[in-house]
Amino acid sequence: MSTASTVDPHNQASGGHAPGGVSHFIWTYVFSRDHKIIGLQFLFSTLIWFLIGGLLALAVRWQVAWPWGEGAPFGIQGMPVLGNLFFAEQGGQISPEFYTMLFTMHATVMIFFVIIPILAGAFGNYLIPLMIGADDMAFPTLNMLSYWFMWPAFMVMTAAFFVEGGGPAAGWTSYPPLSVLTEAAPGSGAGQTCWLVGITLVGISSMMGSVNYLTTILQMRAPGMTMFRLPLTIWSMFITAVLQAFALPVLTAAGVMQLTDRLIGTGFFLPDGATANNMPLATGGGQPLLWQHLFWFYSHPAVYIMILPAMGMVSDIISCFARKPIFGYKPMVYSIAGIAGLGFVVWGHHMFVSGMNPFLGMTFMVATMMIALPSAIKVFNWLGTIWSGKLLFSTPMLFALSFVSMFIIGGLSGIFMAATPVDIFIHDTYFIVAHFHYVLFAGTAMGVFGAIYFWFPKMFGRMMNESWGKLHFFLTFLFLNGTFFPMHILGVVGFPRRLADAYQYEVFHNLKPMNEFITWCAIGMVAAQVVFFANFFYSIFRGKKVGRNPWGANGLEWTAPSPPGHGNFDFQPIVYRGPYEYASPEVDTDFYPQTQPPPEEAIPEAEPVAST
Amino acid sequence: MGRYWSLLFLLVPVLGTALFVVAYDEHSRPLLNHWFPKDVSEYGHVIDNLFMVILWLTGAVFIGTQLTLVWFMWKYEANVSNEPAKFTHGSHNIEVIWTVIPAATLLFIAIYQLNAWADTKVREPNNPGMTVEVVGRQFEWRLRYPGPDKRFDTPDDLFSVNELHVPVDEDILVHLKSSDVLHDFFLPNLRVKQDAVPGMKIPVWFRATEEGVFDLVCAELCGWGHYKMKGLLRVESREAYNAYLAELKKQQHLSAMTVGEDES
Repeated sequence: MSTASTVDPHNQASGGHAPGGVSHFIWTYVFSRDHKIIGLQFLFSTLIWFLIGGLLALAVRWQVAWPWGEGAPFGIQGMPVLGNLFFAEQGGQISPEFYTMLFTMHATVMIFFVIIPILAGAFGNYLIPLMIGADDMAFPTLNMLSYWFMWPAFMVMTAAFFVEGGGPAAGWTSYPPLSVLTEAAPGSGAGQTCWLVGITLVGISSMMGSVNYLTTILQMRAPGMTMFRLPLTIWSMFITAVLQAFALPVLTAAGVMQLTDRLIGTGFFLPDGATANNMPLATGGGQPLLWQHLFWFYSHPAVYIMILPAMGMVSDIISCFARKPIFGYKPMVYSIAGIAGLGFVVWGHHMFVSGMNPFLGMTFMVATMMIALPSAIKVFNWLGTIWSGKLLFSTPMLFALSFVSMFIIGGLSGIFMAATPVDIFIHDTYFIVAHFHYVLFAGTAMGVFGAIYFWFPKMFGRMMNESWGKLHFFLTFLFLNGTFFPMHILGVVGFPRRLADAYQYEVFHNLKPMNEFITWCAIGMVAAQVVFFANFFYSIFRGKKVGRNPWGANGLEWTAPSPPGHGNFDFQPIVYRGPYEYASPEVDTDFYPQTQPPPEEAIPEAEPVAST
Repeated sequence: MGRYWSLLFLLVPVLGTALFVVAYDEHSRPLLNHWFPKDVSEYGHVIDNLFMVILWLTGAVFIGTQLTLVWFMWKYEANVSNEPAKFTHGSHNIEVIWTVIPAATLLFIAIYQLNAWADTKVREPNNPGMTVEVVGRQFEWRLRYPGPDKRFDTPDDLFSVNELHVPVDEDILVHLKSSDVLHDFFLPNLRVKQDAVPGMKIPVWFRATEEGVFDLVCAELCGWGHYKMKGLLRVESREAYNAYLAELKKQQHLSAMTVGEDES
């Protein structure tokens, strides 16, 4: 136990201790209340789902390149694996409704089971107490529950595939009436109910997490850790938690409304006079567009929930390996806050062609254009950070720099769809698919890989292999661009998303070779992750052992043991400066940890800030 | 590898730009017809031009920022740079510059779009040459022409499925509806796209400038048969269009006699 925790009034709350003996293991590693164990639990769970989501994506790509398995390479009939599993009688040829289930579940898994929980759940949990100098989260039990509420969600979502009618097939956006009318589609039966229950459970988990992060960051910072000495990782986690706390209730409410529409005959989203399967509906009087407003009121801020923490972590990594302070710390903080604030008033840009009042579209266009501004400021500040630095191209740094490079693409392509007239044509095409994969995979996932390589030594006390890491980076970087960049061109032709077989249309007929190329790159990209998984698991047991601060970094987490014991710090951390004082003239080393007292002769300084 | 990692990053602007150039070039063999589908509408070029304006602006920013990144990676790699890292926390003036310039540009782009948006979604044509009702339904397009009296819900309404006939060079006004779930009325060659929402009647208008047969695509997920909800747009001369309506009327009359009741 640390000396820190004896002075810490929150000690009572931080115990993960349980009666010893047989159940000791269970209480330490399974139902643990230690933020680090919970963080790792989130990390392992989400990595497994990452693999599942990736394989689902390959199934989607297989169908797009070779619809119904026709002309597939190596004489493969139908779809590999899944085809044999579910469609053996049809010779492995999948059904069109199965295709809609595939992309629905790919998106659902990636968004709700991978990106959101790996950022907030894994890195938020692991890093927040360590980086602010606390011995644990403010509410450890709540923290434990936030992880264990994910499990029922995992289970109902998996079950959705096996219930009658099959998995949910209304897309991850779950637009009514398709999602509400059980007659409307095969997957709109029990599968859709499972989906709604699963999403609600994920929401509860996120909410418990965000309450915890907000309280911890506000209340449990070490002495001297002012808000403007927080690492940008923590700032981004903090603002993400605010977004979660304010936006999530809307999604939860909307989900319950859709459930009651389905189960007990309310009519929130069903209009008068509609039919399904030639039958008039029993209820009506609602509005399908209402769901879209409610859904995007959450899901647009959720887009930033899925990128801001990665931006924060990338900032820390870049500053560390540029051996130079972050350029414009305060503008960085303000732009995170700006993105979050504007993020609440741009949801309508998902609805430009939905039938929403066109005058509203104009307002949303201007707001959406303006949200590109803080993103641009962040990119310029990252470039400013590496300018005149001493760059070390370690694996984490390569991933972090690729985040910047890829985020530029994802950010710029967003401007096209923000422009309402242009969006008329590219809406619901592969241009959109290219855009959000550049932000979410090429951006966030690459940032997350960088973060895993960067904080792995802290988590396990060992390094990941650098050569394998660089090979993993090289392959992923090449294949992801091969996969996602040509999708822009598909979008310019108007190639629509979510079509099981688009080649029957004259205008899209000639796009098959490009789609086959994309599918090959996607297969290469998923295959390259074998390098990562091998490295990850090998290094946990056999990686090179390291001390507290292998990268020569400034953050508080690097002053704790690797891995930190229960209670994190074996001393009381006192913070003297911000986390980015690399190359400081005050000291001889090129880094200057936050806890290192200033030299005797130095005049005690105010906190170092950008001159804004 | 050291500084040579920057070359991998250099591939992004080089290959990215090359792909767009090759796709844009009408005569490039490998990517023939990999750009906007042929525009046969009066208004489509406005949307295409707006796209190109944004493409030029973002393309310049894309190449500029990517090359800056590559250049810094090349120049400031630890082993090649003899200079110590510069101890700086930023610059107020630079922050102001790179805030104000993008803000002005973005605002310009937004305002520049407003008129085209109003033309396509707000300023409904006063005297359309023809009005038609299009109703999306799993998984077909049901069409209704008002007949000679130019009014709907009268006995001379004409019905058809999936094959929309319109006269060339006239304003066409579509009353877009759906009878079950969401659909989307997408005419790639006319740059027209609008969701069909049950419970709503949404006006859509366009003017075709060339005769021919073009795709009508459902672009909003509507169930298992979404991919095969395929329609056709047949643009023809006024005479051919009138002849088509007459033919439709004759057929309808015949079927009404056989069935013995009016289907409307």
